[in-house]
Amino acid sequence: MSNTNTVLASDGTSLKKSLAKSLRRQKIRALLLIAPLLFFVLLTFIAPIGDMLFRSVENNIVSDTLPRTVKVLSKWDSMSGQAPDEEVFEAFARDLKIAVKSKLHTKLGSRLNYEKTGISSLVRQTGRKVKKLDLDATPSFKDAFEKMNKKWMDPSVWQTIQQFSSKYTDGYFLAAADLTRTSEGIQKVDEDKKIYFKLFVRTLYMSLGITFMCILLGYPIAFLLATLPMRSSNVLMILVLLPFWTSLLVRTSAWKVLLQNQGVINDFLVWLGVIADGNRLELINNVTGTVIAMTHILLPFMILPLFSVMKTIPPTYMRAAKSMGANDFMAFRRVYFPQSIPGIGAGSILVFILAIGYYITPEIVGGTKGVFISNRIAYHISSSLNWGLGAALGAILLVVVLALYWLYDKFVGIDNVKLG
Amino acid sequence: MTTNNTDKDFVVFDHVQKSYDGENLVVKDLNLNISKGEFLTLLGPSGSGKTTCLMMLAGFETATNGDIRLDGSPINNIPPHKRGIGMVFQNYALFPHMTVGENLSFPLEVRKMGKSEREEKVKHALDMVQMGEFSGRRPSQLSGGQQQRIALARALVFNPQLVLMDEPLGALDKQLREHMQYEIKHLHENLGITVVYVTHDQSEALTMSDRVAVFEDGRIQQLSSPDDLYERPENSFVAQFIGENNKLVGQVASIKGKVASVKLDNGAKVDCLAVNCGKVGSRTTLSIRPERVSLGGTKSKNTTDAVVKELIYLGDHIRCRMEVHGNEEFIVKVPNSAGHKHLVKGEKTSVTWAKEDCRALDA
Repeated sequence: MSNTNTVLASDGTSLKKSLAKSLRRQKIRALLLIAPLLFFVLLTFIAPIGDMLFRSVENNIVSDTLPRTVKVLSKWDSMSGQAPDEEVFEAFARDLKIAVKSKLHTKLGSRLNYEKTGISSLVRQTGRKVKKLDLDATPSFKDAFEKMNKKWMDPSVWQTIQQFSSKYTDGYFLAAADLTRTSEGIQKVDEDKKIYFKLFVRTLYMSLGITFMCILLGYPIAFLLATLPMRSSNVLMILVLLPFWTSLLVRTSAWKVLLQNQGVINDFLVWLGVIADGNRLELINNVTGTVIAMTHILLPFMILPLFSVMKTIPPTYMRAAKSMGANDFMAFRRVYFPQSIPGIGAGSILVFILAIGYYITPEIVGGTKGVFISNRIAYHISSSLNWGLGAALGAILLVVVLALYWLYDKFVGIDNVKLG
Repeated sequence: MTTNNTDKDFVVFDHVQKSYDGENLVVKDLNLNISKGEFLTLLGPSGSGKTTCLMMLAGFETATNGDIRLDGSPINNIPPHKRGIGMVFQNYALFPHMTVGENLSFPLEVRKMGKSEREEKVKHALDMVQMGEFSGRRPSQLSGGQQQRIALARALVFNPQLVLMDEPLGALDKQLREHMQYEIKHLHENLGITVVYVTHDQSEALTMSDRVAVFEDGRIQQLSSPDDLYERPENSFVAQFIGENNKLVGQVASIKGKVASVKLDNGAKVDCLAVNCGKVGSRTTLSIRPERVSLGGTKSKNTTDAVVKELIYLGDHIRCRMEVHGNEEFIVKVPNSAGHKHLVKGEKTSVTWAKEDCRALDA
């Protein structure tokens, strides 16, 4: 049946096949052309993100360093309130001895230290002593460990080891959500240790604030750019693009000079007599500083999409509205503004997503009250070296951005985003 | 009842000038009276100032000098949205984010009209252009001709007395354009509105208008009815711009009453109608319409030799390019009627025309 329906090419093969054949060459050519870029993107974008996502749940260190201990410890009842029995200590002694030889025990210590402070020094100290321990001549390993350090009798140390003995862990994500796993299950951490949730919320509302400020400041500029005659709009365009040609660090540092307590703005206001000398405005190292500097830095990303959308709105629309009796404001509100919304959408997405992951500017002008979650991620990646937690925070940030993007698509429609 | 005077001078341009840069005048001393219910077309090549005049009337451009009056009162300082003039734009300018119905209801909304009255008027206006079922569509879902009708309905929905149209049919194909010309003409007749229409298409101007103002270089070259414009052009620009025209150049030898005798550059003498040729001795351009030239026929003073240079078959007639009095671009339209003589390329023949059909115009 289907054979009779297929259209045949002149040489008797099916037309679909010969079409595919004739297009194959073009497709291969196209693929080859983009191959370098594809490879580059895979290597420098997809792979690192995948690696980061993996690191946020990866937990090989305990099971790799203490294979025997993990095996026997699984039989131990963590709720017993007692340290595990001799068998576990013996396995632990053998594992630790090997680990010390290859110096892996310090890594194990710092990994477990994320979950329970003090384990790092405990493992290091014990490691030195285990070196001298004769495995075959030890009557009781439990006693030997008790002698090395009393903390080994504390069941919570063993609970931690047992909890993180699996190859994968949700510990980083729990920590990133200000939660911790205790013997009574998952619980919230103490109020004074809750930092990440607060940081996430702050990052979100500050990014929203920055986006809003960018719309407020960028819209009139984009409107001018789109409506002024060519010559003046070109000059204006250069002014808009000028920040792009200046180093980000220079611009941010300039804000530091302007905004600080003894800075240009405060000095000027004191000189004018607007504020008293002893009552200088706190413009930097807080939320205000971050919002001001970030708005300035991200403003072109709002102006350019807005401009390119506004450029496509013919001036006759406004004229038509006026000829029908609408005054300037009405014509703008009912005719011009609705058509510029795709530009606002594009600019907002761009600015918001850039803002939510911004790092350098909040680091310089944000102080402690104006930093973003990204600064915390950077801290875990480069200072505390807790890459797992950094990765978990990053993964949450990624999910939040994707969720917001999805919400945006649902309510505004991604089709309404135009870059020109 | 309005007096006859304001009916006649519904729109008045009184010595209107317009300059954009303070150095060149785009519109030079424009004087124009448009009476109520008239269909007036501003015709001219691009850059002749016709659109600028329309924009000044709509209020989007201000007159640099002179007065524009609408229904007796000056409107120079009235903003466009208070003028109550309907306008159809070149690319329709239908608002893409509104449906057809919303587009039409917009001018009524800004006039704070009630909802039911609005709906009724929108429906009426849509029916008027036979687009009744399209109220819920977006402009982008309509064809060019349909968009054109909607733009027309939108300009008429608030019952303006004066409607301006800026090359409204420019984007349509030939057939649709001709069809829309009739529709616009009928709407004008049925509604009794005053229309000022801008176009650079002379056939459009001739078919639709009561009067046509031919613009060139910021001035009205001739303002008259379509038949006058075609048959009795007053200067060589109008003769050349409207329809097809044969040009012969020469010098006025003598003038007797309405008849001028012109000595052409090749030495031949031709009798023609003295229209705008100046005194004896001045240079003049003779204008003869191709369809007023006949082949062979009875000999008269204006009979002359002609050589067939090219023949173009056009179905109902044959366009024949000839050399006449040294002009190789002389066109004669030979009707393709039964028994009519068929020419061949290179053939020598003679052409003739009546002296009333040969108009001596400015050089």
